Amino acid sequence: MENLENSIREVAEKLLSEKKVDLIIGYERGTLPLRTTPCFVDKVEDIQKLVWNASCDANLSKYVVGRKEKVGVVAKGCDARLIAVCVIEKQFPRENVVIIGVPCLGVIDRKKIEMELGDREVLEAIVEDEQIKVKGEGFDLVFPKNDFLCDSCLTCKHRNPPIYDVFVGEKVPEITEANEFAEVSSLESKSAEERWEHFKEELSKCIRCYACRNVCPLCYCKICFVDQTMPAWFGKTNDLADTMIYHIVRAFHVAGRCVDCGACSRACPMDINLRELMKKTEKIMKERYGYEAGVSLEKVPPLGEFKMDDPQEFIK
Amino acid sequence: MIKVKTAEKEWNPKILAFLCNWCSYAGADLAGISRMQYPPNIRVVRVPCSGRVNPYFIIKALQRGWDAVLVSGCHPGDCHYISGNLVARRRFAVLKDLLEYLGIEPGRVNFSWVSAAEGEKFANVVKDVVQKVKALGPTKRLVKGVVPYGKP
Repeated sequence: MENLENSIREVAEKLLSEKKVDLIIGYERGTLPLRTTPCFVDKVEDIQKLVWNASCDANLSKYVVGRKEKVGVVAKGCDARLIAVCVIEKQFPRENVVIIGVPCLGVIDRKKIEMELGDREVLEAIVEDEQIKVKGEGFDLVFPKNDFLCDSCLTCKHRNPPIYDVFVGEKVPEITEANEFAEVSSLESKSAEERWEHFKEELSKCIRCYACRNVCPLCYCKICFVDQTMPAWFGKTNDLADTMIYHIVRAFHVAGRCVDCGACSRACPMDINLRELMKKTEKIMKERYGYEAGVSLEKVPPLGEFKMDDPQEFIK
Repeated sequence: MIKVKTAEKEWNPKILAFLCNWCSYAGADLAGISRMQYPPNIRVVRVPCSGRVNPYFIIKALQRGWDAVLVSGCHPGDCHYISGNLVARRRFAVLKDLLEYLGIEPGRVNFSWVSAAEGEKFANVVKDVVQKVKALGPTKRLVKGVVPYGKP
C-alpha cells in the first residue's frame, strides 16, 4: 500500500509537471479517523497530500463531471467504470481525463466497524494491507480488514480498472467464484407479498435527504425529477408512496449505468440497503440485454438503444 | 318523494389505458364500431406513440389510485415513428421487472400490441386485464395517502 501511494504520487507529479493535466483528483487524509476526503491537486508542491489506503471510498468520477480542464483521476475499478459510463454519455470528452488506474482490494465499510464497536468512538486508526488498527478511550483493537469490507467489494468483478491510461502497481487477482446476485436472487424467490413487506420496511426508513442521489456520479441531471416543480411529478413528503417512488425511479434512471460502486449505500444515514435495488437493475440488464456497464467505451447502455428482436414475453 | 333504491355497490376496477394514436386507439375504435362488447372499466388517454409514455405516467397513475395501467401500441415494425415502440419496449421491460421486484402485483401494469385492424384483440386484452385486476382487488400498494375506492 505504501508502494502504491508512492507510485500514485510519482505518476501524479509526472502528469502535473509535464502539463499533461491541469488538476489531479485523488484522496487525502480526512479530519476524522478511518476517513479520506477527495483532494484536488494543481500544484506539484501539494503532491505529498495524496494518500492511498482502504478507506479511500469516495467515488471520484463524481468530481470529473462538468469539468472543462484536463484532469487526472485516481481511479479504482468502480471509479474507472463510471468514468467510462460518463464518457459514453458525453459528460466530458475521453481526452480530457487521464485515468490513473489503481488495483483495489476493497474499501472499508465504516458502518461495520461502528457496529462492532457499539458506543465506543474511534479516535485514531491506521489502515494497513491486512488489518485495521483502531484506538479510542480504553480500547486498542486490531481487526482483520477483510471482515469489514463494503458489501459491494465482496463480490466485485472488476478490482482492476478495465479502462485506464496509466496503471499503478501490479494487477490483483479478480474474484471469480462469488455470486454477485445472491442477495437479489434470494429476494426474488420470495412471494410478492413478502418482497413488498421487505421493501416497505427498508424504504420507510428513508428521510429523503437525497444523499444517495448527491453522491452518485450518474445523478448529474441539472434538475432532478423530484425537484421539478413544473410539472411536479412526485411529492416530496415522506409518505411511503412518495419515498418508494423516489427510489423506484432513481433505480430506473441508473438502470444499465450503475456499476455497484456502493457509494449510495455508504452515504445513506439511515442504513438503507440500496444495493438490493441497484443490483436488481444490473441483473435485469445482464439477463435481458447481456450488458455490463462501464467495461467498454463503445457499447451504448441498453436503454439508449433497441433491437428488433428484444425479449417481449411480458407484452400481450 | 322519490326513493332511490341503492343496491350493494359492486367494486369495479378503474384502469387507465394509454393507447397509441395510430394503432391501438384505432383498434379500440374498431372494437367500438364493430359493436364488440368489453368491460367499461378503462379510461383512455390517447398518446401519439407508446414511446410517448413516460414511466412516470405509469407510476403516477398507480400512486393516484388507479387499479391498473394498460399501455398499448403498434406491433414492432409497424410504428408510425419507425422505432418509438421499440424504445418503449425496453423501458417497459425494465420498469415492469423493477415494479414486480418491489412487490407490486404483476397484473397492475400491462402492455400489449394492438394494430388498427385488431378490434377483437383489443376487446380481449381489456377483458383479460379487467379479469386479472378484479382477482387482485383494489390497489393499495404505492397509493399515496388514503384514496377512497373508485375515486382516483
